[in-house]
Amino acid sequence: MALQDKDRIFKNVYGFQDWKLAGARARGAWDNTKALIDKGHDWIINEVKSSGLRGRGGAGFPTGLKWSFMPKSDPRPSYLVINADESEPGSCKDREIMRHDPHLLIEGALLASFAMRAHTCYTYVRGEFIRERERLQAAVDQAYEARLIGKNNIHGWDFDFIIHHGAGAYICGEETALLESLEGKKGLPRMKPPFPANVGLYGAPTTVNNVESIAVAPDILRRGATWFASLGKPNNTGTKLFQISGHVEQPCVVEEEMGIPLRELLDRHAGGVRGGWDNLLAVIPGGSSMPCLPASICEDLALDFDTLSKLKSGMGTAAVIVMDKSTDIIAAIRRIAYFYKHESCGQCTPCREGTGWMWRVLQRMERGEAEKHEIDLLYDVTTRVEGHTICALGDAAAWPVQGLIRHFRGEIESRIDRYRAAHKEAAE
Amino acid sequence: MSVRRLDSKQPASFAFTPENEAWVRATVANYPPGKQASAVIPVLWRAQEQHDGWLPEPALRLVANMLGMAYIRVYEVATFYTMFQLSPVGKKAHVQVCGTTPCMLRGSEALVEVCKRRINPEPHHLSADGDFSWEEVECLGVCANAPMVQIWKDTYEDLTPELFEKVLDGFAKGQPPEPGSQTGRQASCPAGGPTTLKEFARAGK
Repeated sequence: MALQDKDRIFKNVYGFQDWKLAGARARGAWDNTKALIDKGHDWIINEVKSSGLRGRGGAGFPTGLKWSFMPKSDPRPSYLVINADESEPGSCKDREIMRHDPHLLIEGALLASFAMRAHTCYTYVRGEFIRERERLQAAVDQAYEARLIGKNNIHGWDFDFIIHHGAGAYICGEETALLESLEGKKGLPRMKPPFPANVGLYGAPTTVNNVESIAVAPDILRRGATWFASLGKPNNTGTKLFQISGHVEQPCVVEEEMGIPLRELLDRHAGGVRGGWDNLLAVIPGGSSMPCLPASICEDLALDFDTLSKLKSGMGTAAVIVMDKSTDIIAAIRRIAYFYKHESCGQCTPCREGTGWMWRVLQRMERGEAEKHEIDLLYDVTTRVEGHTICALGDAAAWPVQGLIRHFRGEIESRIDRYRAAHKEAAE
Repeated sequence: MSVRRLDSKQPASFAFTPENEAWVRATVANYPPGKQASAVIPVLWRAQEQHDGWLPEPALRLVANMLGMAYIRVYEVATFYTMFQLSPVGKKAHVQVCGTTPCMLRGSEALVEVCKRRINPEPHHLSADGDFSWEEVECLGVCANAPMVQIWKDTYEDLTPELFEKVLDGFAKGQPPEPGSQTGRQASCPAGGPTTLKEFARAGK
């Protein structure tokens, strides 16, 4: 059964309604937030833990557990940092939250900060989201004005919400690169450990959460962990903003239940695959770093963390990129490889050199100008990038290439055959 | 990674306007004492906005002085982050065409062709009249409204080559079109109308 409207958290995802404080209040935001705070730090963390919420930024780490890693008494200040550096190709959900439902994020930030004993939250918005940043700032100003946040606010927990921004660097979505950038440096990821909960922003305890993870927190606390956990599937609970792009009739962002079958998602909300379901070639289920899946395994495919990771792909940010049979799948993955080459920070040699190497080989494979044994060589190189870098960008660059080879080796081989045949004729 | 260098032709000096100088002071106050370097990206961005959309070398020196940073640290930031334009851009529009796979699947390559024909065959080069420049950028996070471009602060979405030419015509005339979807749909709502929360959509209209 489809998710019912009453269970949707983002009621203004398209901005049909008022985004301002009055509109947000009418939709239920900021409703007796004090009562939630009065239940205490630990109650909030436990409630988020038992809701089963897993981080919505891509990795799917349990949010409540992450919050529990923050020290309970420490002479240093604690920080909440919200990752609004939405840049994973296919992802376009945090933008909708910031410009259409910003108060959900601000209220969530207050509750999360209180739970983690932080008085300051920095939200790092990607540089390109200028209007989104302006909108969020306007909402923050309203919240200060209404004394919902700030010093001596009505909730009894001093709290500042500060908006920061980047200037075009995908790597700053990686949490430690984000912290470096927020400290005024190049976005080069840090070695872990120490983890940010021990040594984060300015060397102080810090938790970095995605926008959506924070924005769903008020509803979870208000409606209860059991409500959230009753949606979706075990270990994959709740609702999720899906972002459907590529070859569908009507691309869109929509909130659905975790675990919804791909076909149902596309048919119900996106008008189906362009040219009909049988015209599907492949889908990238979670943003560009997740390996593509061929149509043959998409028929009953459920979109959740565990199902997708069993298939050697991933839920990522739930950015579903649909490709129909007109797609040159090698070109599509080649363009993703270029993305990672462009966005590699250059710190680790396997990633700096490997991303460019993979892109160049894929360029040749797209033309068919390659040897068949190079397919295995390319796969081998991906495994030498994957897991050999400080951050996960190396993995993210390797996985889409692995997905291509795993599922479309035949296409690469026949491209090579065609190229050879054409050039043999030319030579004769 | 890509090689990014400062422009060979630089102005002799750069100074913030009094308004922007006050803004810089307010922005630095967002960060704890001693951590003013945190403000470097926002402050450089403000310098770029004031300087016709590109960042001159004297501005880097000024920002380094204002924030108590070594010049090389500011230089690193300016060359690392690709939204900092290091050479002059079009006076009326600098077009950022998103070219990453979700936009590519829906025709961004045709938008790049329009730029090559109308503006300059090469990215980061000015048009003959100096009014326009363009570049292909990586995912701008507007994938459900692909293909799209960003010009200054706004996005122009759901484009075709024809609609994109109209957007450019608008900037050429000094009358930019309404930002957002150029086919008239609401944000990232399905083009045929919402499939969820229909009451909210009706009540909002």
